[in-house]
Amino acid sequence: MDLSRRRLLMLLPAAAVAWKYVEAGTPESSPNYKLTDHWWAMLIDIPKCIGCGSCVRACANENDVPEGYFRTWVERYHVSDWKIERPEVESPNGGKQGFPPNEESGGKNFFVPKLCNHCSDSPCTQVCPVGATFSTPDGVVLVDKTYCLGCRYCVQACPYGCRFINPKTNTAEKCTLCYHRITKGLTTACCEVCPTGARQLADLKNPNDPIHEFLRTHTVQVLKPHMATGAKVFYNGMDGSVR
Amino acid sequence: MQIPVEGFMYPNEVELQWSVLIVLYPYITGLVAGAFILASLERVFRVEAVKPTYRLALLTALSFLLVAPMPLQLHLGHPERSFEMYLTPHRSSAMAMFGFVYLWYLMAVLLLEIWLDYRRDIVLKAQTSQGFTRLLYRLLSLGSNNISERSLRIDERLGYFITLIGIPSAFLLHGYVGFIFGSVKANPWWSSPLMPIVFIFSAMVSGIAAVMLLYMLTTHLRTRTIDMRCVDTIARYLLYTFVIDFSLEMLDLLQRIYEADESFRSLDFMVHTRLWTSQVIIQILLGTVTPIVLLGLTQVLTLTDTARKRIYAIAGSLTVVGIFAMRWNVVIGGQLFSKSFLGYTTYKMGFATREGLLTAIVLMILPFGILWVLVKLLPPWPDAGSLPASGTTPAHGTT
Repeated sequence: MDLSRRRLLMLLPAAAVAWKYVEAGTPESSPNYKLTDHWWAMLIDIPKCIGCGSCVRACANENDVPEGYFRTWVERYHVSDWKIERPEVESPNGGKQGFPPNEESGGKNFFVPKLCNHCSDSPCTQVCPVGATFSTPDGVVLVDKTYCLGCRYCVQACPYGCRFINPKTNTAEKCTLCYHRITKGLTTACCEVCPTGARQLADLKNPNDPIHEFLRTHTVQVLKPHMATGAKVFYNGMDGSVR
Repeated sequence: MQIPVEGFMYPNEVELQWSVLIVLYPYITGLVAGAFILASLERVFRVEAVKPTYRLALLTALSFLLVAPMPLQLHLGHPERSFEMYLTPHRSSAMAMFGFVYLWYLMAVLLLEIWLDYRRDIVLKAQTSQGFTRLLYRLLSLGSNNISERSLRIDERLGYFITLIGIPSAFLLHGYVGFIFGSVKANPWWSSPLMPIVFIFSAMVSGIAAVMLLYMLTTHLRTRTIDMRCVDTIARYLLYTFVIDFSLEMLDLLQRIYEADESFRSLDFMVHTRLWTSQVIIQILLGTVTPIVLLGLTQVLTLTDTARKRIYAIAGSLTVVGIFAMRWNVVIGGQLFSKSFLGYTTYKMGFATREGLLTAIVLMILPFGILWVLVKLLPPWPDAGSLPASGTTPAHGTT
C-alpha cells in the first residue's frame, strides 16, 4: 500500500488515540466509556438478601461458569446466641438453587452473597508471576486468560476463596464485575436479576451515584478488613460472625 | 469425583490447587541446597574430613537441580507459557523470580564449580580416551585445555570464590522457596517470617542426610571401606543442623499455640485429625525426634564402627522421610482447611495421572538416574580411575 504524506498525517491522530488505550492496558470496548472516569465497587445489603440464588444462576449463565465453580455464591449463616466465633454456615452448590427450609431454631439467620472484592491492593495481582491478572484503571481486577500460566498462586493468595481454575481453559478465573456489561453502561448480571436490590453496582467516582449517600448514612463493612486488601465490596448490616 | 468435606468450605476451595508435585518442588530444591552446603564445608570451611563426599555432593546437587523445574512444568495449566516468566516477569510476584534464581544457581554456581573442579580430569580423559568418549570429554572441556600448575591454581581460586558466592546462593534458592509460601498472608498455615529460615535449615538437614546415605551406599556398592572419620563428621554436622531446624520449628509452633489467633482452633483441629499421621507421627516423632536421639547417642556413647554405620543409615533414612513429610504437611496441610476456618477438605491423589503418585515416583527416581550418568562421566571418588595425582600434572599440558 502506498502511504502518502497526507494519508500519514491523517492517520497520526488516530494512532495517538489508540496508543493511549494500549498504554492503559485494555482497549476501549465502548466508544463513550472513559476508563479513568470510573472506580467500580459493589454494595451488598445483607438484610435485603433472601437467598433465592438468582444472582448465582444469572452469573453462571452470563459468564459460562463451569458447573461446580463459582464467580459468585451465597452463604447462609446461623448464629446461635453468643457463639459469634462459631457460626454454622452452608452454601449448597453455591446457593445456586436457593436453600432448603431452615431447621435451626433460635439465634439469627441471614444470607451473605460473596464475589471477588476487586481489591485495590489485591494479593492475587501481586503474586501473579507474569502479570496475567491485573487491575484496570477503573478499579476492576481481571485475568488475561491468553497469558495466564495456570500456576494457581493467585488462587492461594486470595483470602476470600473467590478464584478457581477453569477446567476448560486451565487458567485462573473469577468475577469480572461483568466488565463487558458495565463498560457499555449496563449493570452486572447479578445486580440485574436481584429481586430485592440487595446487590448494587456502584461507581465511586461518580458524584451522583447513590452509593455516596448510602455509605454516609449506614454502617458498612468489608470482609476480613485485617487483610488490608482494599476490598471494594461493601456490606451493609454484616454480622461480626461473617468471614 | 466427590471430595469429602467436613464443615464449611468456600465453594471454590474444595478442590486442592497444589498437588504432590508441588510437595516435590521444595523437597528437591532443599536437597540441592543442602548437598551444596555440605560440599562447601570442605571447600570454604576447610573441614577436610568430609572431602570424600565433596564431588559426590556437587553431582547430587546438580542431578536434583536438573529435575527441580519438572514438577512445576507438569503442574502448570499452560506449561508452554512458562517462558513468559523470563520475558515479562511481574516484579511484585515472589514466584516470578524462580526462573532467575534457578538459572543463577545452575549456571553461575553449580555448573561452573563442577566444571572448574573437574576440568583437569576432563582434559586428561580427553587426552587418554578414544572415539566418542574423547569427543565427549573434549566438548566438556569447552576448549580450555591448559592444565598447567598455574592454570589449575587459578581454577582452585576461582572455584573457592564461586563456592563463597554459592553459599548465599544456596540459601537464596531455598529461602526463596520458603518465601513463596511464607508471604501468602491469606494462609495462616504458611504465613510466617520464619518460613524461609525453617526451609533453609530443613534443606541443609535433608541434603546432608541424603549425601551421607549416598556416600555410604555407593561405597558399599563399590566394595570399598567407608571412611568413618568422614561419616562421623557429616553425622555431627547433621545433628547440629537438625537441632537448629527442630528448635526453629518448635519456636514457630510455640508461638502459634501461645498466640492462639483466629486460625488456631481450626489449624489445631487439622493437626489432631487430618495431619496427625503425616505431621506428628512421621515428621516429628519418626522423622525428627528419633534421628536426633540416634545421632545424639553416637556423640555420647562409645560405639563400634558397625553400630555407628547402622545408626547413621537409620537416622539418615528417617531424616529424608521426615523432611519429605514436612514439605507434605506445609504444602498439602496448608490447603486442607478453609480460609473461613470453619471446615476441611480432603486431598485425593490420583495414581497414573499428570499430577499423580506415579509421576511423583518417576520424578523422584529421575535424579538418581541422572546421578548415575554423571558419576560414570565424572567419577567423584577420591580413588577413582588411573589419572595421575594432582602433584604429577604435566607442567605444560596444553594441547
